[in-house]
Amino acid sequence: MEHQQHRLIFKHVDEPGYTNDIDCYIKHGGYEDLKKAVTMKPEDICAEVLESGVRGRGGAGFPAGMKWKFLDRKSGKPIYLVCNCDESEPGTFKDRQIVHQDPHQLIEGMMCSAFAIQAKLAFIYIRGEFFEGYKILERAIEEAREKNLLGDNILGSGYSCDIIVHRGAGAYICGEETGLIESIEGNRANPRIKPPYFPAALGLYQCPTIVNNVETLCDVKHIVNMGGKSFSEIGTPGNTGTRIWCVSGHVQKPGYYEFPCSSVTLGELIYDVCGGLKPGRKLKAVIPGGSSAKILRADERFTGKLKDGTEFDWGIEDIPMDFDSLMAVGSMSGSGGVIVMDDTTDMVEALANINYFYAHESCGQCTPCREGVPWMRKVTQRMVDGNAREEDAELLKNIADQIAGRTICAFGEAASWPVQSFIAKFKDEFVEKAREQAARRKDGKDTATETTLI
Amino acid sequence: MDLKPETIEKIDKLVPRYPTVKSAALPLCHLVQEDQGYLSNEAIEWIATRLDLQPINILEIVTFYPMLRQEPTGKYHVRVCRTLPCALAGAYQTCKKLEEAFDCKVGHTSDDGEVTLEFVECHADCGKAPVVMVGEEEYTNVTPETAEEFATKLKNGQL
Repeated sequence: MEHQQHRLIFKHVDEPGYTNDIDCYIKHGGYEDLKKAVTMKPEDICAEVLESGVRGRGGAGFPAGMKWKFLDRKSGKPIYLVCNCDESEPGTFKDRQIVHQDPHQLIEGMMCSAFAIQAKLAFIYIRGEFFEGYKILERAIEEAREKNLLGDNILGSGYSCDIIVHRGAGAYICGEETGLIESIEGNRANPRIKPPYFPAALGLYQCPTIVNNVETLCDVKHIVNMGGKSFSEIGTPGNTGTRIWCVSGHVQKPGYYEFPCSSVTLGELIYDVCGGLKPGRKLKAVIPGGSSAKILRADERFTGKLKDGTEFDWGIEDIPMDFDSLMAVGSMSGSGGVIVMDDTTDMVEALANINYFYAHESCGQCTPCREGVPWMRKVTQRMVDGNAREEDAELLKNIADQIAGRTICAFGEAASWPVQSFIAKFKDEFVEKAREQAARRKDGKDTATETTLI
Repeated sequence: MDLKPETIEKIDKLVPRYPTVKSAALPLCHLVQEDQGYLSNEAIEWIATRLDLQPINILEIVTFYPMLRQEPTGKYHVRVCRTLPCALAGAYQTCKKLEEAFDCKVGHTSDDGEVTLEFVECHADCGKAPVVMVGEEEYTNVTPETAEEFATKLKNGQL
């Protein structure tokens, strides 16, 4: 069965003849929503965004309108808007397409948002590896400035705001909003503790700051266009708008696919949209929301109650792709990065790969994370190097349990969830790894076997 | 410090745009690294003086961010993503092929100074894994099967 994508954000992405310059954007109706926005009352735009129910697309899924509501407007300090374009969660590659192929959509979304929150200055924090994306944005901003769509007295409205593109330099932790703020301030990206450092109250330069993901800010443009109510009718209540699912790993057609929330199931996404697995392979596991999301095992049954009280009994293929359903099955939709693994995948190696990543990326600020995450990496590395012990699975779980919830930022959870879920669901493979190696050792064979994922 | 006039021009334009000078520290590290190839002690001191900061303020950034370098790279800086989606697509085998083709161990620079080969973390293009960057250019779908051809093209300047 063919599943029709509903492209809102990606309407023009990959469209033949569509270019990323301002003339093409305007020809396709671009900046009309900004023209509309500057005639509205800023608080009315905020109300529309709240009514739309749009939830943050960066990972946490917090309602954007609510985040905006927390802005401290009484302090009299300048307000800043920051676009989080760090796109650092492994498995995620949607923001890249927006920046490369439709940068003006992001700029328009940002200027609508900046006007709504009355920001004095806006930033785009773009990951350092996006060399081309940086150049594209710089050029797009100059084009927009020439047409008075940003800068001083935008479209004669009396409102002024500029955008600075700030490049990161390869650190995952800059995707965490307070780490990102530290990075813009010129420091190491060590996240800040909340409270008191909720960006909406004490953010960039200790001023009220809103940090939103690229996709979320693009959504604002569409909310201005159609109104919060119409936007909220896409998807289901609580899971509004479209989402871009980035599918990678063992599928025939990896790529990015945009659908209204809840309109496809994980099974439809993998088998119908992405062409299924390679011939002769079977589905083994899926990480549904970027590498820190908890893994789902292909032969699990998921039962429980949704927020609205409906009971569910799903196999992995039945899970509707939205925020709440993925949370209900014990994982998360996170940043939309769906990593698919078939039956050729060695789960110990896969976890060793993930642990390598998080050990590399810990900022080093909190002891449980700085010491614990490299420890987990060391254990899984030892296991794949041929010295696995039967008790390693328990050891890994113990370390992870003592990191999660004991750090300043959510990195502690991001690094622990893969370990906790891999052990919970594939413990047999971790124990088997040790037994297999013990048997080889007994036979006088080399216990280290060739690895593919680490 | 012998920076190109266009680098100086970019720096002079960029610094006043920020609400605080310290915010310009990371962007200046990028610009000076792009100009010089890496950030020497002299470069770090130059940036600190330019921003009226202490050298330690710059050094602590340089040692935090993986993309900032204190040593030059070979003529070609080859970065192979090794994070899970790329690994599932064969990135580790791709890297092995590149090691052989360049006669260079990952994490090192080849003896002739032509290639620096490194593993890096996710580049956010996982739908076209494995992903390899050469300098500022990104190449996708560099599979174990096509890695050798990729290396030959690179060495012959045909990429």
